[in-house]
Amino acid sequence: MRYIRPQSIEDAVGLLAEPDGTAAILAGGSDLLVRMKGGFIEPDLIIDIKAIHGLGEIRETAEGFSIGSAVPCAVLGENAALKKAWPGVVEAARLIGSKQVQGRCTIVGNLCNASPAADSVPAMVAAGAKAVVVGPSGRRTVPVEAVPAGPGKTSLAKGEIIEAILLDKRPPHAGDAYLRFIPRTEMDIAVVSAGVNLTLDEKGTVKTARVALGAAAPTVLLVEEAAEVLVGSKLDEAALERLAKVCSGACRPIDDKRGTVEFRRKVAGVLARRAATTAYKRAGGK
Amino acid sequence: MNFDPRYSARSFNSVGTRPIRPDGVDKVTGRARYGADFNMAGQLVGRILRSPHAHARIRKIDTSKAQMLAGVKAVITAADLPDLTDGDAAMYDILDNCMARKKALYDGHAVAAVAAVDARTARQALKLIEVDYEVLPHVTDVDEAMKHSAPVLNDSIFTEGVEPRPAKPSNISKRSQFGHGDTEEGFRHADKIVERSFRTEQTHQGYIEPHACVASVSSDGTADLWVCTQGHFVYRQHCAQLLGMEASKLRVTSSEIGGGFGGKTHVWAEPVALALSRKAGRPVKLVMTRDEVFRASGPTSATSIDVRIGARKDGTITAAEATLRYSCGPFAGTWAEVGAMTAFACYRLENVKTIGHEVLVNRPKTAAYRAPSAPMAAFAVESVIDELAKEIGMDPVDFRIRNAAQEGTRSSYGPVYGPIGIGPTLEAVKNHPHMKAPLSRNQGRGMACGFWFNFGGQTCTDLNIGADGSVSLAVGTIDVGGSRASLSLIAAEELGIAYEQVKAVVADTSSLGYNDMTDGSRGTFSTSMATISAARNAIKTLRERAAQMWDISADDVAWEKGHAVAKGGKHGNLGKLSLKEIAAASGTTGGPIAGHSELVADGAGVSFATHICDIEVDPETGATRVLRYTVVQDAGKAVHPTYVEGQYQGGAAQGIGWALNEEYIYGKDGRLQNPGFLDYRIPVCSDLPMIDTQILEIPNPNHPYGVRGVGETSIVPPLAAIANALSNAAGVRMTHIPMSPPRVLAAIEAKQAG
Repeated sequence: MRYIRPQSIEDAVGLLAEPDGTAAILAGGSDLLVRMKGGFIEPDLIIDIKAIHGLGEIRETAEGFSIGSAVPCAVLGENAALKKAWPGVVEAARLIGSKQVQGRCTIVGNLCNASPAADSVPAMVAAGAKAVVVGPSGRRTVPVEAVPAGPGKTSLAKGEIIEAILLDKRPPHAGDAYLRFIPRTEMDIAVVSAGVNLTLDEKGTVKTARVALGAAAPTVLLVEEAAEVLVGSKLDEAALERLAKVCSGACRPIDDKRGTVEFRRKVAGVLARRAATTAYKRAGGK
Repeated sequence: MNFDPRYSARSFNSVGTRPIRPDGVDKVTGRARYGADFNMAGQLVGRILRSPHAHARIRKIDTSKAQMLAGVKAVITAADLPDLTDGDAAMYDILDNCMARKKALYDGHAVAAVAAVDARTARQALKLIEVDYEVLPHVTDVDEAMKHSAPVLNDSIFTEGVEPRPAKPSNISKRSQFGHGDTEEGFRHADKIVERSFRTEQTHQGYIEPHACVASVSSDGTADLWVCTQGHFVYRQHCAQLLGMEASKLRVTSSEIGGGFGGKTHVWAEPVALALSRKAGRPVKLVMTRDEVFRASGPTSATSIDVRIGARKDGTITAAEATLRYSCGPFAGTWAEVGAMTAFACYRLENVKTIGHEVLVNRPKTAAYRAPSAPMAAFAVESVIDELAKEIGMDPVDFRIRNAAQEGTRSSYGPVYGPIGIGPTLEAVKNHPHMKAPLSRNQGRGMACGFWFNFGGQTCTDLNIGADGSVSLAVGTIDVGGSRASLSLIAAEELGIAYEQVKAVVADTSSLGYNDMTDGSRGTFSTSMATISAARNAIKTLRERAAQMWDISADDVAWEKGHAVAKGGKHGNLGKLSLKEIAAASGTTGGPIAGHSELVADGAGVSFATHICDIEVDPETGATRVLRYTVVQDAGKAVHPTYVEGQYQGGAAQGIGWALNEEYIYGKDGRLQNPGFLDYRIPVCSDLPMIDTQILEIPNPNHPYGVRGVGETSIVPPLAAIANALSNAAGVRMTHIPMSPPRVLAAIEAKQAG
């Protein structure tokens, strides 16, 4: 097994594109190392991206925020501007694992691990986040929801790596929120989850909405019908009821060791409603 | 020397204080050595190949490719562990469980093992072993396994305890029955009868330290084993028997233990490590992974239980019955029998009957888990007791007080009780401020009682007094909960010296006579008795040496507060001699001073507890949160109250996990779906409130200081206490443990749907 710590993203792409053997990217390692230790994978090459310039930084730009792919989730919580603009994304990132895990794990790792239950992903999808993908044929920007292709699978081509996650600058009267259900209080994996992102007009009417569900289908679900239910409302009880119903209906969950189909359906609606209520309050709605 | 274990009231100087534990600093600094921390020169890495099938005949195992791999020093199968059990069925089961002989009986059953120069080579070697399996139909569910249509795991099992003996083999290895009176007659006198069926899923002890050992077999046939265990003498006996060694040729040294809770009372990897070392001619270290611990150590039974209790309107129980079906894994056990004995032990009953069925399933061999079998029975019985109290319109505490067993009550499992604590714990709960604290919406309070037998057993202890007057206490019971501190307090008390002057160690199997395991809450009970006996023997020698120093008769020397005191008018001018002074002179008065004891600690007093629990339920998700929890339990005498409280809290914490989320989940393929702490959900710190405790002290008449075992009873009431709290919070009676959010939500929705 080889371990390489490249200094540039181009070098990392070059190593990833090598035709022979299996390569794995190491950022926080909170998924990779666990899988290696468990004997599930034995990569020939480990590419540690933490020495690549810029990948460990959060930059505030004219368009919004650019979060490098090696930024640990704990650092997201220490960035006051990001927390103020995107509290839902930050709270999702800071639900992953434990405090110790959050000191290592990254939202890009969470995305590329491609688990349907990933905590930060529904929040990013609701936020309309984009991923900057670098590969042998250059750079491209894709919506976050285009990255996971199924449990454990991504749409990234051989040699491609995500350099950063982009989040837009916030207009006034905007708020997001993320909630997940776990049977314990921490150190757990979402049984089902919901991310909601709203912008309101001056009067508190919802102008735009994005609603995403996690652990409800093989990949994160962006529920457009749920957004339609909210837009134009002031999040009255009837709108919330319809939101819950639409979200429950949109689920395509499975029965497994973490929950049943019925449970996930019902709780997806409950969480969407509660997350929408929080997002609305954060946006200044009353 | 005759030892009188009877209790006599006295005041204490050391016992009842809370000094820091002697093993504390090493444990918090990482210096303490656990099972995997021991290493030997030239040591190999052992790994075990496990069956991926729940039930399969092993046609052939080809190890030739693995043996050819560079770095592999030994490969073994069942053929390397020949059957030396000589008709001992229980030992044969242990052998068959350590390494499958003809059939793999559960997912994770060991089928072969390798020893190699490093872990990578060992892992590669496992992949090169070819096992030809004939996959057989399997059954993992306890009720399914009892059906006539179920695949029979072992066609030599004919239900024991049934007349006439069944003509056909089945998965029911034994039927047992307990009770007295006439229950049908009793039910005829009942005004209300509540009858319900319950299920509990299989749980694991969840000890943080996996099984680990280093085995080293010498070419002269002697061997050493360094191992994490609750009973190194028992491990020695089992390993020696399985490997065909004389017990005295195998020295077993116990490591510090990162939790056992009954799960380290059984050998799994140790005979395999010894067999690998014997074949390789080098030491072998074998450490189980967490996955292996879940799949192939000894979880507790899954159960299915029916309970029927009848009472008159005045609150008197007229009859009680239970039928208990407990899974044993693929080997015969007595788990349901123990459940049947404990089920109604808290109550004074005229008519009671319990029936136990031991059920074989394709799951790992059941092992003890803290008050084994009692929590599930208590869950079922205490749930019905609560419901019945409601039916007759009586407060659940008062209902229990009215029917509680007392001194002189004939227990449901036979013996007549001496002085016991069930009544006092209930009275303490009735008067506890917790019972009067206000509750909010979606919150509920529940309470429940629990019983455990406790055990005494064979114990051997040495107490050695150094020339500097310090005391080393060598015990043979593993310290799982602070017993070295407690036993040092006992030695200090009896000798009349300071706690700091005593250092207790757990001796290896070559340094002391046989000791039973630390199980049955016996560690402090039995070894404190042996320590008192050893100290009294040492005091006899100390008096003789003082008499020699004074040149008077030993009969004229008494032992008071750590000093020899000359008695009688003619010796009035002699000063006192301290233990230190007598020890300093020992070289010239007859050599080292020591006290030895060997005894069977009979009369472990039975133990009772009553718990109170407040929970909050989220009616939209079924999530529950424990808000407040109180344990009231009889300790007889709390030697080191902090560690008694620790036992109360630990048992409650494990019970809460069991009640709410812990369970073995098997797929249709008979494979365990959640062999890890991610999906086998033990509570994390933030899941639990601070668990409040109240120690009652009702002296055990069969121990000099009145001590009772305290380790296990605390896990018995939580399942029922939480179920009862949930019933009060959400109006649903949960009959299936764990009460996980999907189950609770389904129950709430079913109730709402009418």
